Amino acid sequence: MDGISLNLFLGVGALLFVCGVLCMTTKRNAIGVLMGVELVLNGANINLVAFSKYGTLGLDGQIMSLFVIVLAAAEAAVALAIVLSFYNNHRTVDVDQASELNG
Amino acid sequence: MGAFLFYLYAIIACGAAIAVVLNQNVVRMAFWLVVSLSSVSFLFFMLDADFVGATQLLIYVGGTVVLLIFGVMLTSSGPYKTIKSSPAELVQSCIIGLAFLALISSTVFSVDWEANERRLAEFEHEAAHIHDHEHGVGHADHHHREDHSVAYGYNAEKEGNTTRSLGTALLGVRFDKDLGTTGHHGEAKLSTGYLLPFEIVSVHLLVVLIGAAYLARAKRRVEIQDA
Repeated sequence: MDGISLNLFLGVGALLFVCGVLCMTTKRNAIGVLMGVELVLNGANINLVAFSKYGTLGLDGQIMSLFVIVLAAAEAAVALAIVLSFYNNHRTVDVDQASELNG
Repeated sequence: MGAFLFYLYAIIACGAAIAVVLNQNVVRMAFWLVVSLSSVSFLFFMLDADFVGATQLLIYVGGTVVLLIFGVMLTSSGPYKTIKSSPAELVQSCIIGLAFLALISSTVFSVDWEANERRLAEFEHEAAHIHDHEHGVGHADHHHREDHSVAYGYNAEKEGNTTRSLGTALLGVRFDKDLGTTGHHGEAKLSTGYLLPFEIVSVHLLVVLIGAAYLARAKRRVEIQDA
């Protein structure tokens, strides 16, 4: 691990974050949007664990990343249930079709 | 060797994430997501976070992505497997994404993190000195304590043996910070644990799973008018 600095890990985290945001905004499939959320949370997790090793955070960063993983699992379960319910009612997962609240 | 492995997994993680963005087929997106999350877990192992890496493999790759793939299988019937965006939208999103990436990385790389850490350490050192002077504790005692904290603190776990410390921290006991150190008056030092957040997140997970099962329960399907 010699020669690997904190900045490289932060760069990987930033790229994962940007990919996730792009995935969330451009995908029209609702499950694709969910995958974007997972990518964003992973980018944040890399940052937390990297600061836990290279900074003065100690174990606190790793504990925060564990909470993030648990909350991501919970969020995926709820979002998938909503997507399935939407699919049952509309026979599609295209998020552009979810326009009933449009004014 | 470590540097080579880091670059290998970093490139795999980033490339797979880009492939998730560029693919239009949901099943292929799920595959690339599995690749990306697994490489991120290997990065966690390289950061000496063995428990977090194992949790990432078990919960993300083994649980969350399998859940997503079940969702894909239940909803991707016929024409909805690939919902295409128009090329103009793709170009726009690429430009915006590159601009966003440039903003974030220029911000991250412009900070000198090591100097920040040094300054933070000096600040804490001075704060401890001021506190000692107020309470009339001698310097020798302070240095003695510092040696202990270096010997028994988090630095003892450089090799990534974090499971026991994480477990006790989630139960509210911080052996990684408190062992061998004493407070300002010589009493046992107690750092903040994570018992209450742990309980909150467990109850939250239970409520969320019950709610998800309630939302996704089998209902009689609404008849489509033009079907």
